[in-house]
Amino acid sequence: MFSSFMTNAWLSGTVIALLVGAVGFFVVLRGSAFAAHAIPNGAFAGAAGANLVGINPLFGLVAFALAAAFGIGTSSRRTRSDVSTALALVAMLALGAAFLATSTEYEPAVNALLFGEILGVSSSEIVPVLALAVLCGVGLIYLFRPLLYSSLSPELSRARGLNITRIETLFLIIVALASALAVPVVGALLTFSLTIGPPAAARLLSSRPGRALALSMLLSLLTLWVAIASSYAFNLPIGFFVGTLSAALYLFVRGWVVLRTRRSIAQSA
Amino acid sequence: MHWLLEPGLFTNDSVRTAFLLGAMVSLVSAVVGVFTVLRAQSFAGHALTDVAMAGGAGASLAGVAPLLGFLGGGVLGAGAMDAIGVLRVKGRDIATGVVLGAATGLAALFLFLVASSSAATGSTQLILFGSVFTVEASTLPYVAGLSALVLTALVFIRRPLLLSSLSSELAAVRGVRLRWVGGAFMIMLAVSVGLSSIVIGSILSTALLIGPPASALKMSSHVTKAVSIAVGLGIAATWLGIVFAYDSYYWLPAHRGLPVSFFVVFVVVIEFSFANLAYRFHARRVAPTTSARVNVEPVGGR
Repeated sequence: MFSSFMTNAWLSGTVIALLVGAVGFFVVLRGSAFAAHAIPNGAFAGAAGANLVGINPLFGLVAFALAAAFGIGTSSRRTRSDVSTALALVAMLALGAAFLATSTEYEPAVNALLFGEILGVSSSEIVPVLALAVLCGVGLIYLFRPLLYSSLSPELSRARGLNITRIETLFLIIVALASALAVPVVGALLTFSLTIGPPAAARLLSSRPGRALALSMLLSLLTLWVAIASSYAFNLPIGFFVGTLSAALYLFVRGWVVLRTRRSIAQSA
Repeated sequence: MHWLLEPGLFTNDSVRTAFLLGAMVSLVSAVVGVFTVLRAQSFAGHALTDVAMAGGAGASLAGVAPLLGFLGGGVLGAGAMDAIGVLRVKGRDIATGVVLGAATGLAALFLFLVASSSAATGSTQLILFGSVFTVEASTLPYVAGLSALVLTALVFIRRPLLLSSLSSELAAVRGVRLRWVGGAFMIMLAVSVGLSSIVIGSILSTALLIGPPASALKMSSHVTKAVSIAVGLGIAATWLGIVFAYDSYYWLPAHRGLPVSFFVVFVVVIEFSFANLAYRFHARRVAPTTSARVNVEPVGGR
């Protein structure tokens, strides 16, 4: 499990989990779950397209994730955002399906793209992946206060002179980059699970933003580590473990919080 | 017309089945979809497609008809989402997302097991992106029956449903049982998603559910009119998609047909872009105030 060929899996997994945990915290806070679900599917089309024309998949992933983010960002300003997000999502998936149909891609590769592959980041890609992750991290630190502020009270922050549209656009770019990095490992359909499961659980555990953010990154890291280890041990797709573990974690924490509140109410009564 | 309608299009049995199937499925999706868009439940509708995907994958693992799996998965998922509170506006995106994620994880497992246990290839593409040309004519009566069932039920609850979609407070005051109406609608949504899964695939059935209704609601704020426009747009998209997909076999040098679902989604997106443009042009000319918008935006929208 810790042999040399797995070094990449652990290293990329750790970086991706920390990044997605941090991004997911803001996704949950801002209620942009649907957009965060659609963007990885854009990345899927990009990877399928890159395979078709034979360029580095990372280019396709980043380009299409960014395109999806811009598409959602601009169209949601004009029309109802859930409708335009839904249409952007299916358009990207359909494009990916068409790319796959025209290429001679065999099934395991398709499944890896959709449902994840622990060895999804090759040793030649680890440097660009790390660089992009650091870029996203710096972006999040730079945006931390305005993001938090505009998520909690858009009206107040507008009154304080913050440019909400610009913040939203920058945030969607960060979501897009983080998705592009996570898709090869976690899978296009499951990246979203990691983006909202652990952060939603973290938010239930603490209402203080700093602590919730740290918890979110920690829970995301734990989820992905356990998923990588189980995927290796049972030889099953990592997406299965990411999806079910994230959901189980959220439901467990929710149950525990409900129980704790009930007990404290009973004690005070 | 030869360039559009390649030889054999109307004499081919599986194409004829596809046309019939496509029409019925677009009809149900469009009618259910108008209410989905009005209720701002696009995300819930989309999440059901992922649950249906898990059902379809499970069915192909167990060796039963995919339609059964799509339907079973969808109805179970609707129940689960109802139980953990998708119908409440606050926090419903998270509840939806959690169900969606767990279902996708299961689908990953099932599809992996199918791929590793049988020699049949392409089951992932079949479950996710559909393949209407492979649906057997014997499936038609079941699809027709289920479509009729959903439409009848919808006609039955249309008034309380519409009222609760536009204003849940008003509906509650008028004695509508919100929970029953919401739950019944989720089941209709699940069946409609299950039906369209066999035509354009489970994860793309969102396109038929949301696209034509959203375009129609841009063109008319009158619900009955919007429903008829949506039905027209939906059937047009499916039929054009089938024609293009059939023709595409002759377009590419390698003779690999492109999937029907790709073309259906393509037409749906073009329809929406045109509807959106026309709406904005119209709104700018007719109403400088926001009054034209109010009718289209549902109460409690996100």
